[in-house]
Amino acid sequence: MLRFVVRRLLAGVVLIAVIVALTFFLLYARGGDIARRLLGQQATEETVRARASELGLDRPILTQFGDWVSSALQGDLGTSWLSAQPVGEAIASRLAVTLSLVIGATMVTAVVAVVLGVLAARRGGWVDRLVQFVSVLGVAIPGFLVAIGLVLLLAIEFGWFAPTGYTRFSDSPGGWISSITLPVIALSIGSIAGVAQQVRGSILDAQRQDWVRTLRSRGLSESRVVYEHVLRNAAGPALSVLAVQFVGLLGGAVIVEQVFAIPGLGQVAVGATSRGDIPLVMGLVVITAVIVILLNLVVDLLQGWLNPKVRQT
Amino acid sequence: MTTQLPVGDLAPVATLERAARTSLLRRLLRNPTGVTALAFLLLVALAAVLAPVLAPHDPNTAAALDVLAPPGGAHPLGADGSGRDILSRLLYASRLSLAGALTAVVVAALLGVVSGLVAGYYGGRFESASSWVSSLFMALPAIVVLLAARTVLGPSIFIAMTVFGVLLSPAFYRVVSSAAGAVRHELYVDAARVSGLGDGRIIGRHVLTVVRAPAIILGAGLGGIAIAIQAGLDFLGLGDPTKPTWGGMLNDAFANIYRAPLQVLWPSLAIGLTCIALALLGNALRDALERSTGPRRRRRGGQASVEVRSAPVMTHDESSAAAPREDLLTVDGLSVGYDRPDGGVTTVVEDVSLTISRGEVHGLIGESGSGKTQTAFAILRLLAPGGRILSGAIEFEGSDLAALSEKEMTAVRGRRIAYIPQEPMSNLDPSFTIGHQLVEPIRVALGIGRAEAKEKALALLGRVGIPDPARTYAAYPHQISGGMAQRVLIAGAVSCEPDLLIADEPTTALDVTVQAEVLDLLRDLQGELGMGVLLVTHNFGVVADLCDRVSVMRSGRIVETGPAREIFADPRHEYTRSLFDAILEDAAPRGPLALARTATETQGAPS
Repeated sequence: MLRFVVRRLLAGVVLIAVIVALTFFLLYARGGDIARRLLGQQATEETVRARASELGLDRPILTQFGDWVSSALQGDLGTSWLSAQPVGEAIASRLAVTLSLVIGATMVTAVVAVVLGVLAARRGGWVDRLVQFVSVLGVAIPGFLVAIGLVLLLAIEFGWFAPTGYTRFSDSPGGWISSITLPVIALSIGSIAGVAQQVRGSILDAQRQDWVRTLRSRGLSESRVVYEHVLRNAAGPALSVLAVQFVGLLGGAVIVEQVFAIPGLGQVAVGATSRGDIPLVMGLVVITAVIVILLNLVVDLLQGWLNPKVRQT
Repeated sequence: MTTQLPVGDLAPVATLERAARTSLLRRLLRNPTGVTALAFLLLVALAAVLAPVLAPHDPNTAAALDVLAPPGGAHPLGADGSGRDILSRLLYASRLSLAGALTAVVVAALLGVVSGLVAGYYGGRFESASSWVSSLFMALPAIVVLLAARTVLGPSIFIAMTVFGVLLSPAFYRVVSSAAGAVRHELYVDAARVSGLGDGRIIGRHVLTVVRAPAIILGAGLGGIAIAIQAGLDFLGLGDPTKPTWGGMLNDAFANIYRAPLQVLWPSLAIGLTCIALALLGNALRDALERSTGPRRRRRGGQASVEVRSAPVMTHDESSAAAPREDLLTVDGLSVGYDRPDGGVTTVVEDVSLTISRGEVHGLIGESGSGKTQTAFAILRLLAPGGRILSGAIEFEGSDLAALSEKEMTAVRGRRIAYIPQEPMSNLDPSFTIGHQLVEPIRVALGIGRAEAKEKALALLGRVGIPDPARTYAAYPHQISGGMAQRVLIAGAVSCEPDLLIADEPTTALDVTVQAEVLDLLRDLQGELGMGVLLVTHNFGVVADLCDRVSVMRSGRIVETGPAREIFADPRHEYTRSLFDAILEDAAPRGPLALARTATETQGAPS
């Protein structure tokens, strides 16, 4: 078990190293042009050169990369070029907001998708067809359209929710819940649809297994076999899809946050992108990659717990 | 918005090649959803092509007087926050949106198909490297990569969609490499190679035809995702502001949502309907593929249809030496059928009657597909979905099993009638320990506590000859051998001391040496517990070894029945004789072991 964890951790570290290197060279490859873009076309050649040297962009790219890596290893992700705020700080203050959306949406997805998937697989007939059809639509419709629809209908038309803005949990727990409800719903629709399809499929697969018949021949009722054994076996594939959806939700949050004017990572990312704040973009990519890889590690461990065969290999 | 790729639920490659040969389009046109989706997409494409003709205004001309003009008059859909005509912008925007999505799909397809072909067909190091790269692409949400690319490469929609195409390419890669990998090991490809065809010809002829249909389905799905993410980028204000796009229009309309809420509708409809149409098109294509291959796939072993023949059953008289015993199970006129997709019923067991006395071993013998396993499942009332008892009665200790409610039947299973399956490894739940799978039913059936049930389970494991019961108790199914697993299943079956044991080819899947041990065990347990046994087998050696009586099944009917001794001495039905001949020919030169050998040689054929 320990070897399993260590191997996965090492693989994750390698993956992060590759992502860091690729992103760094992609972002910093254009050296002096970067300063030009920051200052605009009117700036003189001299000011551009001065700015480039101030930001260290005139050094060889490998030196810059070495510097970035050595300070990153000490927990320093650099400083924003535009706000002069440390990148780590700028991200940390927003990370909690985005994660609360994404984790909330993941939990809603897990619960609703399992219910729908079980319903579709067990009931069959028109229930199954309805769930499948709605799932196809749910996967297809972009989350931000759902978000805009919710703002229009529930917030502006009916006034049930504040259309935009974010209340901190520490300021008012009730306000916090109210402010993340619509974004979480908007984010969840697509992932619910995707996971429900997978849950349905894995239950149908598991139900066809020979051991279902054998367990029933031993006098266990069908519902007991389904809820104890079939669901347990269907959980692994469903969990994998849920993990993929989590990554998708992280991306979806970038856009949905914008609809609801929620001050999360999405806002930081959009601002940094449009203003060319490269250290901040770099930091965002690294943090996202770390989150995704940690998540995959947790999922691998859960898979090992769910499936005894995984544990050994 | 998620970037979940619709890869998992593609039809298996083997069934696709056949389907790809007949026109996918023709079948699609019979599906109303597919036709509607296709018609809508053609309409959007047409609007994009004809935008300069159809648009009433220049899409970028802003008129200060027309800012947020309501629909009607010069502006059929109104004018946006800068006074530009919404209809004209919508039409022109469809050009960029479709071209952008197409860029992403084409880039993804080119990269994915080429690398997939190389990886799948040649395998080796390239394959593992490509798999690693695709896991690299999965490690970041696509939008984060696109934002980073936007930072340095600028706001061009085509650059963004090219990057996105690279990120999507693993979807094509996976489909193509697995198809190519499957083909690589096919004999007909070896034959093609021997006959001098080059790799290029083989790939073109045998691989591309296989992946064409799934690639089209995948392309439709990815096209929808590309439209969505491109609109998302533009909605964030990260697109090129000089060109009209659906996402950019949505951004503008959303900024004015309080003043002109209706304006959000048009770009939303364009984006949403296009994404939905692409998804439905992909779905309809998949349905079209699956429907053409469905009936073939649905047919399972053992469900061959039955020709109706009404030849009488050849019955041997009871030998006078045997003392008459009390009837335990009487099957009378049992017929079993499976519903077909076209509404008909396939009969797999027809008018079967047989009697098992208390403490008697009754062999049910026949070829694969003769209906013997279906007869056994019908008695247990555990037919596969779609199967049901069409007629007949199953008398068991005074009640008709065929007429019991599901709840009453659950109470009979395990306690009174038990079952030993054919294939031991697939009949244990891989997620639970052996101990759990023994204890749980014992507790349910006997209503005893956990500790007592565990004690009983350990004793049973010892009884069936497992050397270290405590270790096996704690093990998972994949940690034990097939022979051990079959002993575990036998322990489970006899755990509640049933009156009737139904054993479905209990030794077929086992090694020859283990077969003999398991048969000995079954014989001992049968004597010890005085169970009646219905032994399903296609092996006369097993029958000779264990059975008091035999019924011979063929094509869903019993053709001959009687005491084992009588049938061996004087097989009357030609089919019974041919079964004997088949075994004896094989057995003569090699002695007694050959009887068991025939069983292993024909194993894996379910009946």
